[in-house]
Amino acid sequence: MLRIRRAEEAIAEMSESGEARCPCHLSIGQEAVPAGVCAALRTGDTIWGGHRSHGHYLAQGGSLEGLFAEVLGKTTGCAGGRGGSMHLIGPEQGIPGTVPIVAGTIPLAAGAALAYKLRGEARVAVAFFGDGAIEEGSVHETLNLAALYQLPMIFVCENNLYSSHLHWSERRVADNLHHAGAFHSVPGMRVDGNEVGDVFRATRQAVARARFGAGPAFLECRTFRWRGHVGASADEDVGVRRRGELADWLERDPIRRAEERLANWGMADLAPHRAEVDREIAQALAAARGGPAPDAQRVGEHVCAP
Amino acid sequence: MRTLTYVQAIREAHTQLLAADPRVFLIGQGLWSPWYAGGSLEDLDREFGRERVLDTPVSENAVTGMAVGAALAGMRPIVFHPRLDFLLLAMDPVINQAANWSYLFAGQASVPLVIRAVINRGGEQGAQHSQALHAMFMHVPGLKTVMPATPAAAKGLLLAAVEDPNPVLYIDDRWLYGLTGPVPEEAYRTPIGQAAVRRVGRDVTIVGISWMAAQALAAAELLASQGIEAEVIDLRSLKPWDQSRVLESARKTGRLIVADSGWRTAGAAAEIAATVAAEAFHDLHAPVERVTLPDTPAPTSRVEEQAYYPGPLAIVEAAWRTLGRGVGAAA
Repeated sequence: MLRIRRAEEAIAEMSESGEARCPCHLSIGQEAVPAGVCAALRTGDTIWGGHRSHGHYLAQGGSLEGLFAEVLGKTTGCAGGRGGSMHLIGPEQGIPGTVPIVAGTIPLAAGAALAYKLRGEARVAVAFFGDGAIEEGSVHETLNLAALYQLPMIFVCENNLYSSHLHWSERRVADNLHHAGAFHSVPGMRVDGNEVGDVFRATRQAVARARFGAGPAFLECRTFRWRGHVGASADEDVGVRRRGELADWLERDPIRRAEERLANWGMADLAPHRAEVDREIAQALAAARGGPAPDAQRVGEHVCAP
Repeated sequence: MRTLTYVQAIREAHTQLLAADPRVFLIGQGLWSPWYAGGSLEDLDREFGRERVLDTPVSENAVTGMAVGAALAGMRPIVFHPRLDFLLLAMDPVINQAANWSYLFAGQASVPLVIRAVINRGGEQGAQHSQALHAMFMHVPGLKTVMPATPAAAKGLLLAAVEDPNPVLYIDDRWLYGLTGPVPEEAYRTPIGQAAVRRVGRDVTIVGISWMAAQALAAAELLASQGIEAEVIDLRSLKPWDQSRVLESARKTGRLIVADSGWRTAGAAAEIAATVAAEAFHDLHAPVERVTLPDTPAPTSRVEEQAYYPGPLAIVEAAWRTLGRGVGAAA
């Protein structure tokens, strides 16, 4: 969680300064969801994500340098500098690709789950998406198909209450996203998305069911993004309500909560850990900044696989 | 050689693919129905099991997206859309996802997916069951598009499409299903991007696409009876299309007609005409002619259908124009 936080703070600085030019969607404040979910997965499982995927990429084992270099458009980026912040990939880590079409990878995750099932592999596919994605029709098509074919798939809805600038109440009548799967016979659960242990336990249970053929599950993880929809700003310009909400949610910082818990368990000295994360970030940033820019002569490469 | 119908050739390609490669599976609508796919998939579910021949709910977007995801996870899916019109509900997985994937991730992954869709014209089915939309897909980088016009190509192009590491849109036309022709029994590939010269001639080149390739052959027979020798090229692949073969023929005859089964504006025929006009301008003796559908939706009534769909005579008239002869003039 701390690595995600610090990495995104560094990206926020690069975004503000103009060093990073691609649109960057930060998940600061939401770190417990990717950290908790990915900790419950094992090698061979895959995660699929959207535009706000830095946290998932890192939680699943993606490289810091690969992330920074991608955001900076360097060929050493995880997508060779072709994708930017919204297109992260880590084939070795079970990250087949993230894309910014809202809900775009949810059916793809179901297809991967179908492939695992057809081949008799005990693997699970996880689709991460925001609360805005629930308003896309393909989510409901996929929920039905995942239930019908009993796919080893977990739908993880990161409900940060806002779709871009619109609060949930401006988009829906009821605050009931954990029921999204019920009509399609996909069991749903609401989890405190700022409690990493809660997210981990809920995911572990859902993954265990899915892995052994009991079908998909839907997790609604309640959380809040501290920054704007895109870029480094706090997004307070979009409304008075959001400013008040942000103050409340800052009190529920998932990292501070986890640190307090560790302190209660007698693991109080986190200073070396923090220093280690800072050192990793600094090293990765320096390496990414030193990476080569793409060769303009090669702009036509990779349209088709050979 | 053994003779099969176009629809039998498509079915045989599926059986050979399913038998040879455990990564291949079929997903889409109408797969368990005896009539939905016009017999092209008949009883495949009984032969290969319903786990590998999945007849799905009417959810084109998610089903096509699932096929993309399965392809990324190492399978070789064929996703089936019995009406090309309904593929429009799945444009995101086809264009945003499958077609872009290789480029976006710098070649680290690609989507080996076949999207099969059927043009289902005629029979008073109207504008939403009849559209030939191939030009829209031809526009998209990263997506290959093939349209077989013979039983042999129907089989060979499907086998080649499934082996290709990229997304391939395979469009077949219900009006061709009864067409017969020689089809080798073994598994073989018709190379994507390669056109076939179906008739050699010296006076005019006719490039035919899908159903219109068959019309072009009929037109060539009529022209031959008037002493005009037409060269007929069956394009087979729209993207990539066989520029060298088309250019070579156009340079030889100096006259080109492109006969397409789609609309006129920004259509496949326009692209081919523009390329030949640019590359072979000084070898042409006459302006390039296009024989296409008019820029109107497909009508429903039989009377209007007959007026709407061009046949061999429209191609013959185009040939007369390129040869500077009046309509109805004797050879």
